[in-house]
Amino acid sequence: MDTQRKKRIKKIVQHILMIIFTLIMLYPLAWMVMSSFKQSSDVFVDAHSLIPKVWAFENFSEGWQGFGGITFTTFFKNSFVITVISTIGSVISSTFIAYGFARIKFTGKKMWFVLMMLTLMLPYEMVMIPQYVMFSGFGWIDTYLPLILPTFFGVPFFIFLIMQFIRTIPTELDQAAKIDGCNTFSIFFRIIVPLVVPAMMTAAIFSFYWRWDDFMGPLIYLVTPEKYPVSLALKLFSDPSAVTNWGAMFAMTTVSILPVFLIFFIFQRYIVDGISTSGLKS
Amino acid sequence: MAQNQTGKETVVPVKPPFKKPFKRPKRLRTGYEELSGYAFISPFIIGLVAFTLYPIVYSLYLSFTNYGMGGEYEWIGLANYERMFTTDDTWRQSLKVTFLYAGTAVPLRLVFALMVAVALNKIVEAVGLYRTMLYLPSVVGGSIGISIMWRQLFGNDGAFNSVLASIGLPTHSWLGDPGTAIWTLVALYGWQFGSSMLIFLAGLRNIPKTFYEASAVDGAKPWQQFFKITIPLLTPVILFNTIMQTIQGFMAFTPSFIVTNGGPMNSTLLYVLYMYRRAFEFFDMGYASAMAWVMLIIIAIFTAVIFKSSDKWVHYND
Repeated sequence: MDTQRKKRIKKIVQHILMIIFTLIMLYPLAWMVMSSFKQSSDVFVDAHSLIPKVWAFENFSEGWQGFGGITFTTFFKNSFVITVISTIGSVISSTFIAYGFARIKFTGKKMWFVLMMLTLMLPYEMVMIPQYVMFSGFGWIDTYLPLILPTFFGVPFFIFLIMQFIRTIPTELDQAAKIDGCNTFSIFFRIIVPLVVPAMMTAAIFSFYWRWDDFMGPLIYLVTPEKYPVSLALKLFSDPSAVTNWGAMFAMTTVSILPVFLIFFIFQRYIVDGISTSGLKS
Repeated sequence: MAQNQTGKETVVPVKPPFKKPFKRPKRLRTGYEELSGYAFISPFIIGLVAFTLYPIVYSLYLSFTNYGMGGEYEWIGLANYERMFTTDDTWRQSLKVTFLYAGTAVPLRLVFALMVAVALNKIVEAVGLYRTMLYLPSVVGGSIGISIMWRQLFGNDGAFNSVLASIGLPTHSWLGDPGTAIWTLVALYGWQFGSSMLIFLAGLRNIPKTFYEASAVDGAKPWQQFFKITIPLLTPVILFNTIMQTIQGFMAFTPSFIVTNGGPMNSTLLYVLYMYRRAFEFFDMGYASAMAWVMLIIIAIFTAVIFKSSDKWVHYND
């Protein structure tokens, strides 16, 4: 009886500690969201209090006006174009490549695979400068090509993720299909693709995140503000020397992470499982 | 993980792959497989050559020139490297800052992630909810909005100072003081411990419960269990996380660019930020390429040391 009670008290204490810890961790996010509802003059008065004195919903419409006559409608549209095209490209190409690595025997496979694992660990910053010189030679500066095109040639992390998934599919399925007269391509399209959809979804979600948040790429390659994605526009919009309308700035920072937020809450099962099982990347 | 064998179908004896004769007598049928294999991975090969291998070689070449955008390529040998090591104080500063940053932020994140994962692993109810909530900062962490928020949070009249003032502690110009600015970036990095936590959590789930039960019978205390069971069995995951996070920590850019822009007095000038400035503000492409190579070598050494030392501390259970 007594130990039972002790256990319950221990459990309650555990939960209380955990809740306090979680709230502290989430406080910065809550602060950002709530600041977006505060009047500019109030944002930094008693900055720690979360509840706005007056709910200033106009922050959002004011912020949305953007700068230099370009509204956030344009920036969002740009972000979506870049993100969607490159996500489609990277998921489709990575699935192809993953199948090749996971299921087909060919000479030199091991070498290519090792190269892929090495690129997985190679930071983008290493190729950033030569790529820039290269792409500017092609006349691709201020276009979306440098941001989109490379994703159509497979993304090592996704290849690896989808490969791991394909390996869990019994090879007997392939063999049976082969006996029924399928070649590697029809095995891929009829058997593998329908079964790896969950892994493709995980890859798509990650791709969405990374492309949406990508900052350095647009920073380097884009010149015309009309072509800016949200990330780059937000940086300009929030420059400490220029900002006066703090409420609007917080409103736009909040809006900018909204798509990431939404996708996370809709698909969080895929994401959590994807990270836990593949054990990769943040 | 690093095995490329497709498991069951290893009928072909393992030999160095590229030395295998292209046409083997009885293997006419597999010619089709060979072709289709290459067909499937061809996007990868093209991409690898065009967007990775060629740029890397090109970058090495650039590092021996004083190429600036649009100019001529003038071969200057090791002059870039010499300048870096002997006269460039800013470079030395950026390296120092980066070591300080990676050396504190990476352990902080990992220790934090491990502690939270262990705590979560003990809890039965609502674990999914905690997990989701604590992962949230990492989900949104990569976005520029979060860096901007952090800048305001630690600003002079931001929430952090406001909290300090409300509980009677002295406030401080966190971003304006060269001594503290870097710690706000470290805190930002540590705050996003979510994905490391998820990986640790998955690792913890794989430790058989019987180990703990057996040791409890022997009278082991919780901290003994932690150091004698949990940590050793988790070492492969720790190794993995350490390597990935170290690379990430060394290559961090956005936080220092947005939150502090390298200042005050270059106290937060991370290596990549300095490289970015050299390349895209001063168009000093040759020099910046040399910087990239030095960074790559440093990362490679670190990774190699971690891997090498892993024989001593990583336990593979199978």
